[in-house]
Amino acid sequence: MYRTTDILTSSTSGDMVINVGPQHPATHGVLHLVITLNGETIKKIEPHLGYIHRSIEKMCESLTYRQFIYVTSRMDYLSAHINNHACALCVEKGLQIEVPPRAQVVRVILDELTRIASHELWWGAMAMDLGAFTPFFHAFREREMINEIMEETCGARLTMNYIVPGGVMMDIHPNFQKKIKEFIVLYKQKINEYHELVTGNVIFENRMKNIGTLTAEQVISYGCSGPVARGSGVKSDIRKLYPYEIYDKLDFEEALETGGDSYARYLIRMREMEQSIKIIEQLVDNIPDGDFQAKTKAVLKLPKGEFYTSVETARGELGVYIVSEGGTTPYRIKFRSPGFSNLSILNDMVKGGKIGDLIAAMGTLDLVIPDIDR
Amino acid sequence: MFLKDYIKEVAGALKSLASGMKMTGYYFTHHKEIITEEYPDNRNSLVLAERFKGEVVMTHDENNEHACTGCTACELACPNATIKIITKFDVDEATGKKKKALDTFIYHLELCTLCNLCVDACPTGAIKMAPTFEHSVFDRNQLTKKLNNPGSKIRAGVE
Ligand code: SF4
Ligand code: SF4
Repeated sequence: MYRTTDILTSSTSGDMVINVGPQHPATHGVLHLVITLNGETIKKIEPHLGYIHRSIEKMCESLTYRQFIYVTSRMDYLSAHINNHACALCVEKGLQIEVPPRAQVVRVILDELTRIASHELWWGAMAMDLGAFTPFFHAFREREMINEIMEETCGARLTMNYIVPGGVMMDIHPNFQKKIKEFIVLYKQKINEYHELVTGNVIFENRMKNIGTLTAEQVISYGCSGPVARGSGVKSDIRKLYPYEIYDKLDFEEALETGGDSYARYLIRMREMEQSIKIIEQLVDNIPDGDFQAKTKAVLKLPKGEFYTSVETARGELGVYIVSEGGTTPYRIKFRSPGFSNLSILNDMVKGGKIGDLIAAMGTLDLVIPDIDR
Repeated sequence: MFLKDYIKEVAGALKSLASGMKMTGYYFTHHKEIITEEYPDNRNSLVLAERFKGEVVMTHDENNEHACTGCTACELACPNATIKIITKFDVDEATGKKKKALDTFIYHLELCTLCNLCVDACPTGAIKMAPTFEHSVFDRNQLTKKLNNPGSKIRAGVE
């Protein structure tokens, strides 16, 4: 952890305030950071939000329970499929719909593919934040294969809207299993390239180790989840803690590191990709036959009450909270997005550090701005 | 002792840099493994997935007949008011009864989020998603489309 430097404590004059964003390539979206600097030392960071607020929660109040799912793809667009999954789970919980096993397995496979695609993009963007441009293309090469699988089965590459309450929209494409097996073979060859290019690299290690250190207490008090929490040794994988769908029957490990620095968060994501591959390997040959969608009424009406489900997206815990008055549209919807809590720890994370390390440390939070603003 | 560690560290650092450069060098000399798609030069050989959601189209058979009954299920399913169904009353020649039928299927591509909910909702399978993606035009009005062909009518037997 950074010690507060002498300049920081002694003088109040000579501070400089600079703005990073809202249009800045390093913030990966329209995030506005107001940074108070003393020399090169960061005194305070204030994230300003709202530039990409689209009022998704309010919008959902006027959409029916079938319609509102597609909007959530636009929150955390890199885990679009998992967002849809969370919403469908919440509606299913309210209506007590039993999802056919085939749909459950397909949903989980696609969830894990989404997680790999998201982490791969993060890996590329992370390396780009540190000044390396090539890894981005390496990451996109493998991500492209996942996108092709998505395109073939769901019909879209990013905002799939493949999940409907009660199952999935269409049956899987005949090539689905074949393509996934090809991907697994290729991925296992190429992951070594990732480690060779970035993980062991001395420049990378020096810029990641002991930078942006977070303790377990800090992580818990800010409500962080996902790889950010697990990098500090806090068990927070919803798939393990509150298993949904078929996760309790699967054999996988929750990646945990105790370092709490940027490097630990980096390792967590790399290991999570391996675990996702392990999950997919277990399922790809065992997709049960049967319906891909449960029979549901044409118009869905949730009973009066409150419903909450949470899932593990690539960034952490996404919670969906629906208040229903018994009608066809939700009375109130609230999303607990992982990005918002993870961003709020930024000040504690880089305070007292150098501005050069800000982008490197922020990159490991894996922020997706539309997820924070909604 | 200090010197030994120092040299070890430098050697390790150089090795890690070299292995990264080796990877870069490998791809520099192996052009075949680079998978760049040169759009738009490859437009003729471009194959899109059959399920690709590019725009909503209405299928017509060789007799210029479609399967749309004008039931407005798709209009209701659409979250963005992209679809507007205008119906008319056809007179059945055999019985002389009036029957609701489709007059115009208006589709606003500029409002469509390509979510597939309308296709999923259609009871007769009259509309589907087409794998097209080059939708740019000079004026927004050109994106408002009429999906049923001129002079088309409903296929016999579709209820
Ligand atoms: S694809 Fe979705 S947005 Fe487009 S017309 Fe159909 S229901 Fe509406
Ligand atoms: S396209 Fe299908 S759902 Fe829409 S009006 Fe015609 S028959 Fe009804």
